[in-house]
This record gives sequence, C-alpha cells and structure tokens, in this order.
Amino acid sequence: MDRIIGIDLGTTNSLVAYMEGERPAIIPGTDGLNLVPSVVALDADGHPVVGSAARAALINTPERAVYSVKRLMGRGLEDVQEELALFPFRLADDLQPGEVLRIKLGDKTFTPPEISAHILRQLKRNAERFFAEPVSKAVITVPAYFNDAQRQATRDAGRIAGLEVLRLVNEPTAASLAYGLEKKHNGVAAVYDFGGGTFDISILKLNEGIFEVIATNGDTHLGGDDIDNLLITLALDDIRGDMGLDLRRNGEAVQRIRQAVIEAKIALSANEQTKIDLELPGGRRYQRELTRTMFEEMITPIVERTLGPCRHAMRDAGLEPAQIDEVVLVGGSTRIPLVRAVVRELFQREPHCELNPDEVVALGAAVQANILGGGSAATQDMLLLDVTPLSLGIEALGGVVAKIIHRNSTIPASATEQFTTGVEGQTNVAIHVLQGERELAKDCRSLARFDLKGIPPMPAGLPRIEVRFLIDANGILHVSAREQRSGKQAEIEVQPSYGLTDDQVEQMILESFDYAEEDFRQRQVIEARNEAENILTALGKARGNAAWRELTKEERETIARLESEMKRVTPGEDYAAIRRAIDALNQATMRLAERMMDTAVSSALKGKSMETADVGEGPAPPHPISKAEFH
Amino acid sequence: MAEPETKVALQVEETHHPQHQCWNCGDMRATRFCRSCGKVQPPMPADYFSFFGLPRKLDLDEAALEREFYKFSRKLHPDVFARSAEREQEWSLELTSQLNDAYRTLRDPVSRSEYLLQLEGVEFEEQSKAATDKARASGEQKKQSVPPEMLEEVFELNMLLEEARANRKLGERDEDVAQQLQQMKASLEERMAALMTELHGAWSDWDALVARGLIGATDRERVLGKMLDVLNRRSYIRNLVRDVNEEI
Repeated sequence: MDRIIGIDLGTTNSLVAYMEGERPAIIPGTDGLNLVPSVVALDADGHPVVGSAARAALINTPERAVYSVKRLMGRGLEDVQEELALFPFRLADDLQPGEVLRIKLGDKTFTPPEISAHILRQLKRNAERFFAEPVSKAVITVPAYFNDAQRQATRDAGRIAGLEVLRLVNEPTAASLAYGLEKKHNGVAAVYDFGGGTFDISILKLNEGIFEVIATNGDTHLGGDDIDNLLITLALDDIRGDMGLDLRRNGEAVQRIRQAVIEAKIALSANEQTKIDLELPGGRRYQRELTRTMFEEMITPIVERTLGPCRHAMRDAGLEPAQIDEVVLVGGSTRIPLVRAVVRELFQREPHCELNPDEVVALGAAVQANILGGGSAATQDMLLLDVTPLSLGIEALGGVVAKIIHRNSTIPASATEQFTTGVEGQTNVAIHVLQGERELAKDCRSLARFDLKGIPPMPAGLPRIEVRFLIDANGILHVSAREQRSGKQAEIEVQPSYGLTDDQVEQMILESFDYAEEDFRQRQVIEARNEAENILTALGKARGNAAWRELTKEERETIARLESEMKRVTPGEDYAAIRRAIDALNQATMRLAERMMDTAVSSALKGKSMETADVGEGPAPPHPISKAEFH
Repeated sequence: MAEPETKVALQVEETHHPQHQCWNCGDMRATRFCRSCGKVQPPMPADYFSFFGLPRKLDLDEAALEREFYKFSRKLHPDVFARSAEREQEWSLELTSQLNDAYRTLRDPVSRSEYLLQLEGVEFEEQSKAATDKARASGEQKKQSVPPEMLEEVFELNMLLEEARANRKLGERDEDVAQQLQQMKASLEERMAALMTELHGAWSDWDALVARGLIGATDRERVLGKMLDVLNRRSYIRNLVRDVNEEI
C-alpha cells in the first residue's frame, strides 16, 4: 500500500501529517515550520509561491497574492458578497453569474480549487522531500458544515494537485481521532472547532474505538478572520479620524495593518494589554493601546455567534450540557481567553486543549489515513462514523422542499424517490436537488439540477422513475435513476451549481503540467538518489564477496573512482548528473555482478544456501527508472 | 416498556440470509460475506428488519440493535475497503448505506412503527412525517383532520396561538397568554406520553400475532389499524407542540 498523508487545508494555515509508528506527526516545510500559511502569490516570472514566502508578497505585490481562499471554495458570486466587502479578493472582470469564481493574480485568473491546489502541491512536495519518495494519496479535512459544493471543490483541488483524495474527513471529527488515540474511553464528547474562517461543533459518542458523530452544526462564514477584520476596521477608522488619511483602498497599507492587528490579537491571549505600532505610507506612525477588556468587548458578538450552532447540535443530539463528558478545543481562535470562557460557561466544564489546536486536525487526518491504509496496532479498532451536516431535499411544486435525507444522518446514507410525468408523452423530468434546513427552495442551497432524459413516451403519470440519492462517506452526493416500467436506465445530466465539471478539472490538470514538470523533476531526483544509495550500499557489501578479489586492479580502481563521483553528485539537485553516475557505475560493476552471480550459482550447486552466497546484494544491472505518472 | 425477555433477540449469525455462490471463490454458501474466502458479496435488496436478521416485531431491544449496528459497521464500512477492488468498494458503500438507513429507521420507536405499516402495505394518511414529505414531494395539499376528542382543545389552542401572534406583531407579550400556552404544552406532552404507552400496547399485540405466524386477517387489520390511529394522533399532537414551541 502506498503511503497516505493527512492534510489539513485550512483557511489561514495548512499542514501535512503522517503516522510515525503509532503516533501521528506533522511534516515540517523547508523553512522548518509546521504551519504553511494558506497564501498563494505569483512571483515576477509568473510562478506560484506558497506559504511564508508568499506572505511577503501580500504586502509587496498585493495584486499578485491571495489569502483565505477557502472562503470562496464551492461558492458563487451571490454567495460571497460579504466576503468581497471584507477581503481583498480581486475577481475576474468578465465573470458571469452562475459561473465558478475566478480570482485575479497579476494578469492571470484562477478558480478557488486551482489556488487551493497550489497549497496542496506545496504540502505534497514537503511530504515527498521528507520521505524521499513520491506521494500520491491523501486524506484531506474539510469543515464539518461544508456543503456538497464546497466538498466537491476541495476534492477537485486535490485532483488538480495530483493527489488521489481517498477521503474527505470533517475537521472536528479528525480532531477527535487525534484525541482518541491519546485517551481511550467511552462517553460523549463535544468538539468546538473555531478556526480562521469557519466554525464547527460536533457531538460524538465514543464506544470501544467507534467514533460515532451524533450531531454537527456550524457556520462556514465565521472565524478568526472576522475578528481580524473588526480590528482592521477599527484601525482604519482611527487613521481616517486622527490623521485624515483614508487607506481603505490602499492594498499594501491594509495588509500591513492586518499583520499588525493579528500580532496584537495573539499578544492579547497572553497579556492584559498590547500596543499596535506601525509605519504608514508617507512615514507617519499609527500607534494605539489595546486592552484585553476592550478587545473582548469588541469581539463578544462574534464569539457569541458560535453559541447558536452549539445549542442546535445539542438539541439535535437530544443532550443537555451536563450529559457531555468531554469538551475539546480545536482551531487557533480557541486560544483567545474569551472563547475558552464562553465554552466553559456553555458546557459547564473545563475544555481540553492538551493537543496544539493548530495541529490537531492534521494529526487526526494522519490517523484516518492510517486507518484507510489498513491500520496499525494503535488504530486497528478505530472507526469513524460521520454524519451529513445538512438535510438533502428536492424541490416540489410551489417551490417547497421535500426533505429526503435529514441532517445528522450517518453517512453513507441514501433515499429513493419515485417520480412520474405530468403530461402525455413527456420524455424529460427536471429534478432540483437542494441542501439546507429551510422550508422553501429559494432559501436552501441549490446543489444541482438533474434532467431525467429519454423516458419512454407514455400517458401522464404512468412512468415510474425511481431516483436514488446516495451520500457517500465523503459527504458527496451521487444520483442514479431508473424507469421501472421499461427497466430503462435514465440518463442523468448533472449541472453542478458553482462546481467545476469533470472536463474543467481535467483541463486544469493538463494546465497544471507546468507545475507537474517541477514536481516530476523533484520526483526524478528523489528516485535517482534512492537508486544511487542502494547501489552504494550494495557495493559496500560486495567488497566482502569473493568475486571482488577476482577483479583486476584496474577494474577496482575504476569502480572506486566512479563511486566517489557518485557520492559527490548524489546530494545535489542535478538529475542528469546522478543518472550518469548510476549508469557509469552500473556499467563498471557489470562483471562484478556476473562474477557474484556465478559464485552464488556454484555455491548453490555445492549445497550452500543462497543466503550465504549473498546473491541478492550485488549491484543491480542497469534498468530504466519507472516513469512517474500524474493523475 | 415490556419486560426484557419479551424483546426480540437479534440473530448474530447470518444464517438467515439466503445463500448463494461467491463471485470470488465459487463457494455455494456465501451470504453477505463468503464463508470460505471472506470476500464481501454484492448487496441484495432487503427490508430493514431482514437486513439485521430480525423478524418483523416491534418491541426491539434498542441497545442490542446498537451493538449489531456497530458490529456490522466494523465489517461493512467503506474505510475497511479502501484497499479493495473498485467493485468491492462500491458494494461496501451500498451495503453501508443500507445498514445506516436500516438502523436510523429501526432505532426510533415511531419511525420503526411507521416503517412496519409501510411494509405491511398500510396506506399512510394525514400527519405522519412520511406522509407530510410525500405530500410535499407530489405537491398535494395535506389532509388535516382533527381527532374528534380534541376538537375543543384544538379550537382553544388556535385562539391562543392567534392571540400570541397578534401580540408579537405589536411587539407585546401577554404573560397570561404565555402561561396558558405553557399549560397547553404540558397537557399536549402528557397526551404524547400516553400515546406512546398505547403504541407499546399495539406493539405487544402485533408481536404476539407475528409469533403465532400472523394467522387471522381480521386480527392483523385490527392491530395495524390501531397502530395507524395512534401514530396519526401522535403526529397531529406533535405538530401542535411544534406550533406552540414556535410561539413560546
């Protein structure tokens, strides 16, 4: 089984993790840090830059950089008006209503899945460098309250990045897996996950390694970003009032202010007061004292918005706060003392925060990756049973929604509905699928419109079309249909609302070959390096073999020369040089390998075991390396 | 609640499943899994009771059902098949969705009873959840007939609700109305509890019939009819409670 990595694709930061023996661990980036900022920028040559390196671009070339793109995943223009007012997203000028969003970076445009794919590709590279081998399979986490379109967009991002996404796992559930490894006991746990851009609450029943989610709720528009925006607005108003300077349209200044207020926010988690102090364009300084009391007063309305979803989830679970045994804090925003106080008050108990709230989701993703890979001693009894966060319905006459799969149903879940025609000879039936809790279709999220086509012409009401809706373990919907009288499998045309079609994703995978080439080059280097190291090891062992002494002095010298050449080039990045060294050394050791083989065969004939003949350890004959494939 | 010993025992063994030939090794005794090579088999249509190997009895041991659900989940869940062939992954997905749908329906006393009625071919009407959704899906107007013994109470309740709504529009709150609504709610909830007792009575009657092999069409009609009546009244009251909750 190939290695499977666990990825937390976060609004503010992203991480990649794996199981190191029986414990999950984070894989650091080239800068040695565990967190990769979810920032993507294009450099002067138009190449993508991701993470800490891109963060500088937010200030220097804000028109070529983007952050918090997760807020736009799977959304349409009309969904993101609030985001557009608060975040410096620059959308393509020629965007059509109903189209997948496109964001401008310099003079190019990218969809949110393509930008997320840049982040994923960076995480994949970090993992490949760490393991010194290619990685192509991943578990990616998503907010529990993500709808179908947001989940599909995340899966598309994985595909564009060259990753086979084996499972999308809900972030709070992933966190519970990481905690579950630590302490195994039964009971009811609530996971309060307040991150950079989203809020989730999940309530789970733990039973002998089964993690059964019983209710989940949340808000995909609520996170630390909102707190930052409050502080940015405060600073901008101050600056306008005190200095008469309107910086709202100044991208660079806004980003400087943003970084300063984020630092202040973080400082206020440890200190009672802090000072914002930064230089503005034109050399003037903005300075301001901020106390924790003022800060808490400002953010109380935001923090209190998390309480509604918590109460909903408890009601759906049929539980009172006193019946919840453990509360777990996840997400960077739970470091804020006010957030902890609110959680303590609501659940009437001290929440757990032993695991780093920034890392626990990625660690849990690694646990799930391990489970999918066949498990280990630590995970063999563990099984995650998650739920669908939103009800699935179909639009009926009069624009009302008939719910067919209710929220908090354990997934995979399915429902079968019968449809018929209303007019004689009708051959098409249109079905509108929605997600949400409201009564009217216009208030729910439109998932897709299907056209059941090719229904055999019959009198009205006679066709019996059975449509099966199935939500898989990723929370993604599949639909199939059959006309029962004719037995005919009806054709289903899925028109995803604000989603990429398969063709579009394929196209993006093709376009991403520019980056794939870079990945391919790195992979080639890694593979050649591994091969070279194998040869060096084998050669070291061969020196103890009888065959070595049968070589001429000249032959032995040539081998030694090529060996030191190989040792010189192997640590470098020059694939061709490593390859040449491999080929040359393979060529030079050909006779040695043959001699060793002969010795082994004659030893075997003499009744010696193959093991002592050491035949397996000789240098391998030259062979072409297997070509890396990108899916 | 009936005594534990009257509850339906869950059959842990899968012997009740029809045997067929394993697609993988050809063994003739395959059920949900093959007895000889252990491979998962293609899903077969099954009603929710037979999925769990249960007779169509209603007084279920819900704790035992949960244990069975966990046990099947460990065997059937797609996570277990992540490394299997695509076909087996599809079967696992299908089987697990059957398992989850079956468990969701059977673990709840009301949805379990409604499901049994549906299986037994009893036409739904009026206020059941299934009927509400069905009426919506087909765009029909749902029938709403008031249980006769409740006519007066419902009339009074509607007056109160209207008053409360009118007050709310004016931004006022009448403590007297609020208190009366609370009292109404308490009395409705009492009725719900009484109906649950009646429902359990109907279960016992039904389970006794099943134990006797469902002899006697008149008995069958009578018991199912009683259950339908209880469920209809219950969902009518549940809707009233919901209306009251909205106002409180």
